[in-house]
Amino acid sequence: MTDKNGFFDLSKTGLTRRTALKGLAAGAGLAVAPGFVRYSQAQSSAPIKIGFQSHRTGIGAAYGRWYERTTAAAVKAINEAGGINGRPVEVIIEDDGTDPGRGAEVVGKFATQHKTDIVYGTLFSHVVIGSAPAAGEAKMPYFVVSEGHHVASTKLNRYVFQPGITDVKSQIQAMAPWIAANAGKKVTQIFPDFAFGYDHRDYLPPALKAQGAEVIAQIAIPPTESSFTKYFPQIPAETEVIYHVMVGPAVLTFVKELGEFYGSSRPQLFGFIDSLEATDINSPGLEFLDGSHFWEGSPRYAQPVDSAAQKAYRAAVGIDDNGAAVGDPKDVSTAAHMFGCWETLYVVKKAMEDAGYKGPEDRAKLVEATEALTEFAEGPEHPQGPKTFNGKIHQCFGIQNISKVEGGRLNVVHKTKIEDGLYEPEGDYTTQAL
Amino acid sequence: MHFGPHLLLAALEGLVTSAVLALTALGLSLVFGVMRVVNVAHGEFFMLGAVLAWAISTAISGHPALGFLAALVLAPLIVGLIALVSERLVLRRLNYNPEATIVATIGMLYIIQQLALTFYGPEARPVEPPFSYRILLPWFGYSGYKLSIIAASALLLVATWFVLTRTRIGLVMRATQYDSETAQAFGIPVDRVYAGVFALGAMLAAVAAVLIVPISQAHYLMGQDPLLLSFIVVIIGGLGSLRGTVVAAVLIGLSDGIISVFFSPTLAKIIATLLVAMVLVFRPQGLFGTASR
Repeated sequence: MTDKNGFFDLSKTGLTRRTALKGLAAGAGLAVAPGFVRYSQAQSSAPIKIGFQSHRTGIGAAYGRWYERTTAAAVKAINEAGGINGRPVEVIIEDDGTDPGRGAEVVGKFATQHKTDIVYGTLFSHVVIGSAPAAGEAKMPYFVVSEGHHVASTKLNRYVFQPGITDVKSQIQAMAPWIAANAGKKVTQIFPDFAFGYDHRDYLPPALKAQGAEVIAQIAIPPTESSFTKYFPQIPAETEVIYHVMVGPAVLTFVKELGEFYGSSRPQLFGFIDSLEATDINSPGLEFLDGSHFWEGSPRYAQPVDSAAQKAYRAAVGIDDNGAAVGDPKDVSTAAHMFGCWETLYVVKKAMEDAGYKGPEDRAKLVEATEALTEFAEGPEHPQGPKTFNGKIHQCFGIQNISKVEGGRLNVVHKTKIEDGLYEPEGDYTTQAL
Repeated sequence: MHFGPHLLLAALEGLVTSAVLALTALGLSLVFGVMRVVNVAHGEFFMLGAVLAWAISTAISGHPALGFLAALVLAPLIVGLIALVSERLVLRRLNYNPEATIVATIGMLYIIQQLALTFYGPEARPVEPPFSYRILLPWFGYSGYKLSIIAASALLLVATWFVLTRTRIGLVMRATQYDSETAQAFGIPVDRVYAGVFALGAMLAAVAAVLIVPISQAHYLMGQDPLLLSFIVVIIGGLGSLRGTVVAAVLIGLSDGIISVFFSPTLAKIIATLLVAMVLVFRPQGLFGTASR
């Protein structure tokens, strides 16, 4: 394999001194262009810049799309009501590719190039864990909507917050009594083989044990797996409940193959809606799920008990009563998670106003103001429900929904209380230096 | 579950994997064998097949089998056309230079993938199987459709074998593979053969994807795994050898099924990779390949 045509011979590509000089000149011109330095000093009327680390590509792309829509709706509402401290909010989006390495780069880019006030938005736990050190180094407040326990574990750093969505440990603890009482006592867990799955692996067994139930088998599946039947023989025959929480594009296959494997004589199923976010519950092959139960952060389908705030939120984001985009019933939302974007942005607004935030020099003040928050009342700013916030572990606590699949939709059958999900803090971020 | 049924399940899973893999890898092997082009974008043609299958089957209402059959015919044709155009626009202009085409097909990989993300979106979308018969075994249930994939793939492999060995088109292709310069001297339009082979390779990948999509949804990133496994199969079987490709596909598919059921999927991947290394060390031309002249 010789390089006959010289494709790899750089001397033949025609990069002359003249071209090189032109390129340099263009680059220099760009750097002194007026737009480039416009906000180098914060001015009172300049927008507050929020760097949005979005899963535009990679396995989280469906979440990324809906996180962007929710963010756009929330920012529109905030700006129409006068912005934050009288300043408009501007969102700058960078794609992290649902990849931890790129996530960290994106945080660095926000800090040094875009010079955003904060960074916000990401979901996948491995991306959060990968990006947190970069945020800490840049002393950049980093508000995530991730659901994992990593923030509350106090293993990250003082700049990372999760004020808009509850964490897995709290969710599991709140729901375990219901599972043990209504679904069954012998539970087999199926979970993805990475950080988010490990939260489930580690916190479900003790939570169930406290209720007199037990986990009899734990099956970890690589997140890139595309076929699942081969794992099902590991499910013990005496299993009463299969507890499944899968993520990524193959989740539909997972449920379908489970259906083919068991047919109508299946154990009870309890799943995290993560297994089916952005997927139509009426897709072919999912009839098998009829009668099974799911955790939902916020209900996908409009419920009879929905508050006025919940209805207004759904209308603002643009989802119909079935949780799909208005005008496109096939474009199903990630409703169980994306409400967290809306609520997080309102927490940022509250904290910035409390701190009298003026610009990046006030970031430390913003961190302290966020840590001082204790409660978020249910309402237009927090449509999912009331929440409490623990400033020591940077984590909010709220209610969980357990929904049943019936008649081709998800109906909420049980709502937990905030107290059900509270646990002893594992550490204290406020002791770390700013 | 007892050992017998457990093994049966593992073998069935392995055979389904083998069936799809054999078709995909055959496409890759043909393109390399005839054109000496390592087509890194092969997995994306696979993905395009699945995405088009979704588009076609949702556009056609009525019984799901109608939409599926239309997809089975149309999706590979469209993918073949796309491959033909990209061959004319890209590969030919590089004179099929081996190094340059690798870089070019990597570029094609990203272009196709990102176009799919832009126009099709990030969701995994299902295609309804033409029939959903569930075979009830005493120990577990199994999808009847999955078994039909094995049959369909075997049929397509036989058809490809027939075309390659018993028709004039096949003769021309084999002549080009054996020695393209001599073939050209004998009046074979090598240039057009290349275009046709590239399209055919992509079509084989697309057909495999249409077959698999009712059990594994269309998604814009689904091309990566088939690409990697196809390379493994092609290296083990011998580049450009139909028989080698099929044997290697069955070998890899079955061992993947059985090892991952009884041990772990990671071990299955480790063993497949080890096998590739062993083949490369002790028999670089592959199990059934002929040594390069």
